[in-house]
Amino acid sequence: MSDLLALMAGLAQLSIIAVGGGSAVLGDMHRLIVEEHGWMDDASFARSYALAQASPGPNVLVVGVFGWHVAGPLGLLGATIAMCGPAGLLALGFSTMRARLTGAIWLRRVERGMVPVALGLVTASALLLGETALATWGNLPLVAMGLTAATAGFVFLTKASPLWMLGGGAVLGILLLG
Amino acid sequence: MRPSAKNLFAAYFQVGISSFGGANAWARRMLVEKRGWLTDREFAERLGLGQVLPGPNAMNTAIIVGHGFCGVRGAAAAVAGLFAGPLIILSMLCLLYDRFGHLGVVRGALAGVASAAAGMMLGTAFKLVRGARPSAPMVAIGLVAFGLALWQVPLPWIILGLAPLGILAAHAEARR
Repeated sequence: MSDLLALMAGLAQLSIIAVGGGSAVLGDMHRLIVEEHGWMDDASFARSYALAQASPGPNVLVVGVFGWHVAGPLGLLGATIAMCGPAGLLALGFSTMRARLTGAIWLRRVERGMVPVALGLVTASALLLGETALATWGNLPLVAMGLTAATAGFVFLTKASPLWMLGGGAVLGILLLG
Repeated sequence: MRPSAKNLFAAYFQVGISSFGGANAWARRMLVEKRGWLTDREFAERLGLGQVLPGPNAMNTAIIVGHGFCGVRGAAAAVAGLFAGPLIILSMLCLLYDRFGHLGVVRGALAGVASAAAGMMLGTAFKLVRGARPSAPMVAIGLVAFGLALWQVPLPWIILGLAPLGILAAHAEARR
């Protein structure tokens, strides 16, 4: 129980600074869950993320899997609420003021100014996630890196659904590791 | 037409259970193409705000959309709809994982999905950079944020340090 409360406290803090979405703070989640508290190792962290990707829904639900790992079904719910609650209240407060702010120049500057910060953070999180995923591949790290690079290229260069690459990656993993 | 809170819940419930790989693309499809409640432009504005605010983008957008139509009730209905289905599905996946997660097949599949998902995030980030058409100072700020995050500098420091520079760069960009 105290583990769940510690997880929720950590996630609630990340909730209100997660500019760029849940993915931008994946590195901080890793620090909280793997390095600080040791609730799971690198490989389980990466598998948890993969499990969330295999489910439909907002990407932020990965925190539900972390919560499940720490405290079961209650943990799944608690972690999701902790990660979504504070930011949700903020969004609601903002939404009520929005009518007055629409079109304000300073708001557009702030929006535009946060874009490079958010994109830098998301890119770094993607690389950290790719590095974490290496732990699930045992002695085949080059295959994992190749798969990450190929998927990045596929998503960047085509408009086809990324599900093809997620599915293809799963098949590759089963063939090589299963 | 103006949806009720009930309509919002139903629409976002469908978005939730169909949104593999993130919810934003599916929300656009539902709200703009299928229901016609918003134009593309209106959706993009709400999505932009959802992305600037901290926290999950898809949830923030749902709150802004729902609130715009039906106030607090609409916001609550949209968020509840978005999360209800996926939370149930994810619970079932976690149960299955607890039971079968030790199997090589499951581990292999999840390893593949983990590496591909990292690539998906990376590719999406590149796409967003391309779409943002950043000026040189913007690129520099993005690279610094990237480097500091890789170096594991705590996020609040990165944001406090770089947000003012980003806003300044946006201001300079607009004055050109």
